[in-house]
Amino acid sequence: MAINRDYVGRVFGVSEPYEVSRVKIAEFADAIGDANPVYRDRAAAQAAGHSDVIAPPTFAIVISMAGSGAALADPGLGLNYAMVVHGEQRFSYSRPITAGDVVTAQVTLTDIRDAGRNVMLTTSTEIKTVAGEHVCTAVSTIVERGA
Amino acid sequence: MSRQITYADVETGTELPVVSYPVSRLSLVKYCGASGDFNVIHWNERIAKAVGLPDVIAHGMFTMAQAGRFVTDWAGPQATVVEFGVRFSSTVVVPDDDRGASIEVSGQVDEKLADNRVAIALTARAADTKVLTRARAVVRLP
Repeated sequence: MAINRDYVGRVFGVSEPYEVSRVKIAEFADAIGDANPVYRDRAAAQAAGHSDVIAPPTFAIVISMAGSGAALADPGLGLNYAMVVHGEQRFSYSRPITAGDVVTAQVTLTDIRDAGRNVMLTTSTEIKTVAGEHVCTAVSTIVERGA
Repeated sequence: MSRQITYADVETGTELPVVSYPVSRLSLVKYCGASGDFNVIHWNERIAKAVGLPDVIAHGMFTMAQAGRFVTDWAGPQATVVEFGVRFSSTVVVPDDDRGASIEVSGQVDEKLADNRVAIALTARAADTKVLTRARAVVRLP
């Protein structure tokens, strides 16, 4: 099925607030095999200058995917997820994601373009606290491989 | 307490020694659960092969996480990551055996920037193939 190009420029709705918990951060750090105490131990995180346990840099993908996953699953877009691989990922952080943050993600589908038999889709996701403080911008390019 | 480097310690061109990070099928199952990315190509060999892949492959974000760990372990707990970007140039194939695969990450101090920021150029390889290109992190050091 072809990708619907009309989706370029579409700004998706702001996600439901996501509450960042110490338990989820520790689970994520375990899954990536990272034993850094600033991801688990509040005292260690505070000694490093943070208000609470912080998340590994790539944890932002959990929040951005909660938004972009829903956007990319939009049946009108016509994406075949089994054919999708990740092409490129960039994060710009205003500060580390910290336990206790309540954040939302807003996804913009910025580009759809052909690359040979593949199609590349780029999304830009703004992660902000519910008070409006910018935390991270995540720019993802995914590739739907041609059959 | 982990070692902490400072901006003054860092010189452009300094090599960050290579670190090897293992990745097994269990790593991918755990990463599926922790990240919420349950794409079948990361855990189902039958479907991975049916869609033209050699076998189950690691999440790109798992590989990026290893590169992130490489940077934060080097930079120390008081450093904060300001920018982090990669391009996924090849897949990390994870066989269903007792060895799995490994991701070799190395880096170099690319540039000292204003405001105590340092740019690190990163390289990641699996099975002698570059799996990340244009991989770069900017960290702010004390």
